[in-house]
Amino acid sequence: MKRKDFLQMSALGLGALVLPSTDLFAKEIDVADLQNPGMPTQAKKALADVALNTAKSKGASYADIRIGRYLNQIVATRENRVQNVSNSESFGVGIRVLVNGCWGFAATNNVTKDGVAATAAKAVAVAKANAKLISEPVQLAPQKGHGEVTWKTPIEKSAFDVPLKEKIDLLLNVNGIAMKGGASFVNSAILALNEQKYFASTDGSYIDQDIHRLFPNFNITKIDRALGKFETIKSLSSPVGMGYEYLMPTAADKVSGVLTRYKNRYDILEDVQQATQAVAQKVNAKSVEPGKYDLILDPSHLWLTIHESIAHPTELDRVLGYEANYAGTSFLTLDKWKSKNFKFGSPLVNVVADKLQPGSLCNIGFDDEGVEAKKWDIIKDGILVNYQAIRDQAHIIGLKESQGCCYAQSWADVQFQRMPNISLMPGKTPLSVEDLIKNTEKGIYILGDGSFSIDQQRYNFQFGGQAFYEVKNGKIVGMLKDVSYQANTQEFWNSCSAIADASDYRLGGAFNDGKGQPGQSNAVSHGSSTTKFTGVNVINTARKI
Amino acid sequence: MSILNKEEAKKLLEKVIKLSKADECEVSLSGNEGGNIRYARNAASTSGDVSTLTLSVNSIYGKKSGTATINEFDDAALERVVRRAEELAQLAPENPERMPLLGPQTFKDGTGYVAATAAMTADQRADFAAKSIQVAKDAKLEAAGFLENTTSFIAILNSKGMFAYDIDTNVIFSVTTRNQEGTGSGYAARGFNDVTKLDTFSATKIAAQKANGSVNAKAIEPGKYTVILEPVAATYMLENMFRGFDARSADEGRSFMSKSGGGNRLGEQLMDEKVTIYSDPFHPELPGSTWSRDGLPLDKMTWIDKGKVTNLTYSRYWAEKKKVQPIPSPSNIIMAGGDGGSIEDMIKSTERGILISRLWYIRMVDPQTLLLTGLTRDGTFYIENGKIKHPIKNMRFNESPVIMLNNVEALGKAVRSISEESNRSYLIPPMKIKDFTFSSLSDAV
Repeated sequence: MKRKDFLQMSALGLGALVLPSTDLFAKEIDVADLQNPGMPTQAKKALADVALNTAKSKGASYADIRIGRYLNQIVATRENRVQNVSNSESFGVGIRVLVNGCWGFAATNNVTKDGVAATAAKAVAVAKANAKLISEPVQLAPQKGHGEVTWKTPIEKSAFDVPLKEKIDLLLNVNGIAMKGGASFVNSAILALNEQKYFASTDGSYIDQDIHRLFPNFNITKIDRALGKFETIKSLSSPVGMGYEYLMPTAADKVSGVLTRYKNRYDILEDVQQATQAVAQKVNAKSVEPGKYDLILDPSHLWLTIHESIAHPTELDRVLGYEANYAGTSFLTLDKWKSKNFKFGSPLVNVVADKLQPGSLCNIGFDDEGVEAKKWDIIKDGILVNYQAIRDQAHIIGLKESQGCCYAQSWADVQFQRMPNISLMPGKTPLSVEDLIKNTEKGIYILGDGSFSIDQQRYNFQFGGQAFYEVKNGKIVGMLKDVSYQANTQEFWNSCSAIADASDYRLGGAFNDGKGQPGQSNAVSHGSSTTKFTGVNVINTARKI
Repeated sequence: MSILNKEEAKKLLEKVIKLSKADECEVSLSGNEGGNIRYARNAASTSGDVSTLTLSVNSIYGKKSGTATINEFDDAALERVVRRAEELAQLAPENPERMPLLGPQTFKDGTGYVAATAAMTADQRADFAAKSIQVAKDAKLEAAGFLENTTSFIAILNSKGMFAYDIDTNVIFSVTTRNQEGTGSGYAARGFNDVTKLDTFSATKIAAQKANGSVNAKAIEPGKYTVILEPVAATYMLENMFRGFDARSADEGRSFMSKSGGGNRLGEQLMDEKVTIYSDPFHPELPGSTWSRDGLPLDKMTWIDKGKVTNLTYSRYWAEKKKVQPIPSPSNIIMAGGDGGSIEDMIKSTERGILISRLWYIRMVDPQTLLLTGLTRDGTFYIENGKIKHPIKNMRFNESPVIMLNNVEALGKAVRSISEESNRSYLIPPMKIKDFTFSSLSDAV
């Protein structure tokens, strides 16, 4: 569904923020319209019943419908001006049906009785047309209906209740601090999302959910014209499943250290100050000597390593070959799980999947198949014990019910298996970041996420970062640059030698994890505490052109 | 029905412009129609189709502007969207970089629309998929693939009388075939405006040959090697570079096109003289839009001429600041081929090297030098004394396309090739490059 779009070949410059692509169906609306409640629940139930009954009458053994209203606001600025303010709304219906063991899906933005009836009939027609191309019928794990239920992200303040001017002033203030502090260029933005999702199924669920997400961020460029070198640094904020309260800082949510990091409240004005100083240091930092180092990885960095090397390879459909044509398969084949003895990581490594953590991007009441939010182990004491599955996969790993990992990025897309939050559990005994540094002879302390790349079975990866500090004989001795580390997933996680305790635990995450063809986005969080890995291969990425 | 012809589009846009009360106004209409089919494990997994039509109104008061969009077209809706755009414009802060709208221009008609592609049906897509799956089954392999066709148009009209229209059709196809044991994998990808050129049967046969040919891969020591990049691999690598052919980021000192001490690299011999990269919306194999989004005509433009940087894009704002002519972003990119012959010829002339079918997960490591990292995938072979000796284990590389294009030994004939992440088409030749840097081994097949 991508329009060949050379017309948008970027003139924004390589230092600019990449903004998520807006839904083709989205329409620009007034700022005030963002606060409209939308269609009443009973009206949605009436439409849902029309769709489900139509589907059943045409031969569906199962059907579900999502009536989705997606409100989106982007405020983007650079230096002393606003680049873009966009308010959009997308409203429509997606209907999925199972007919003779084959899935069918259709969607429409004509949210009326006639529109949903026609779309339900179309979904059934699609299922019947595809039936000749399937090799085995879909097997759905049973799911009880929940009746009429609701769930809301427990926000304190909706981002859409905050006036546009306040957001613009905040971002221009952020930029001003950076420029006064010596930055050459700065971009800052606030992305706010509200997903109002009504789900109903022939199992007897009528689920109304109101979901909020927020991502404030900035990116600073520092240029040394004499040296002809530049460095960039980005904010230590995370995308979160929260309202505007994330931008109201508290002392309790700060973690002090060489750079201040943030838990469930973010201090953007403080962060931009420290980032401006840090990026200037980065320009003049020592270029790293390649070789083996112990790595001390902050949660603001480690979340991405967890995402690529643990979360993706444990997606069951990937293991089975459904993503083979795009990002590939997974080395965590079923035999490794069946053996109950595959040493994915050291015995310190415990990884949990969940859709429950407050403030996380996957925090939800029910998934896009009406399965309630759950929590389960993926890696226990270093051993691979489970995957991430949905209703039509549960039986493959001997489960009697789905783990609740089904999600579609919008009403116009078909739901499929997506990552829940995947988090590394904190150390069980008291251990601070200072302890980790003190016990390290030759190491690099890395904060913030940078470049990332992993192979098509999730073995070989390479990661960069935002700020690198050299640790020598138990002390931080200065900043480094040109750092990337390369490893094999299983060797890396088996070199995990220490994890800080729960007082250091923080969530990082991505607003736009990509999977599927055509591609869909998923928002997901990964929690961890600062973690140490021994003897990792570090390369120097400097080149001359 | 989401596809309007030139006259229908103009009529609707004229109706909307008449409603404007702002100083200036620009209205655009865009429509998409198409469908897709996805398969894995030799069976269909999902399919979908799409039909959208969107009207966008940009209202301007001096240096302030606001945009509103709708997908309803009754009179009340048209009135509503124009008023909304005007309200948003009045709330918006001034944008000092806003340029005044352009008056009427003459644009040549594009050649990107092919009726056969526009007429594609779900049954045809299923048939293309079925042919591909059969090839895999016959070769005792498992296929995973994706096919998508789109028809899209865009029309623009502004209050100064500038009108433009473009329509094109596109079909993309890719397939990965793997053996049961997971020890062999091959890939093929195709992209066309004209679906009659698409042959999923033959493409899957090539993928199957690579899959079966890549079993029993041996590990070799990472390091610098001469490589032969098949067009799909070269395209994915070079795509990262094309975005940087922009004057503003270079002048600001933050791209690989920036010169040490200030300024950009225009006029500099940045690459080997075998390298010529240009755009041409009228190229028969890669038609592109004949006008840019800011209302300027697109024509043939050379970016790198025999290795020398001859042009960079300048937005109208940046061009005015730098007192040069604006150069809009192009609608296609072509790298000229050379007399290096076919891939077989290049293999024959290689004493020791690696044939790369596909690259994967390329990401930017250092924007200053455009250092990229990624891996090989789906058919990597060791060449010795002019012959393919055996398949090799995949490896990770750290290399810059700029450095790579300084190390060109031979270029073949440019062919149409799609980038596997953006799905955009380019014309890129197979190329033989020396000193390509591999940094580690991967166990991935």
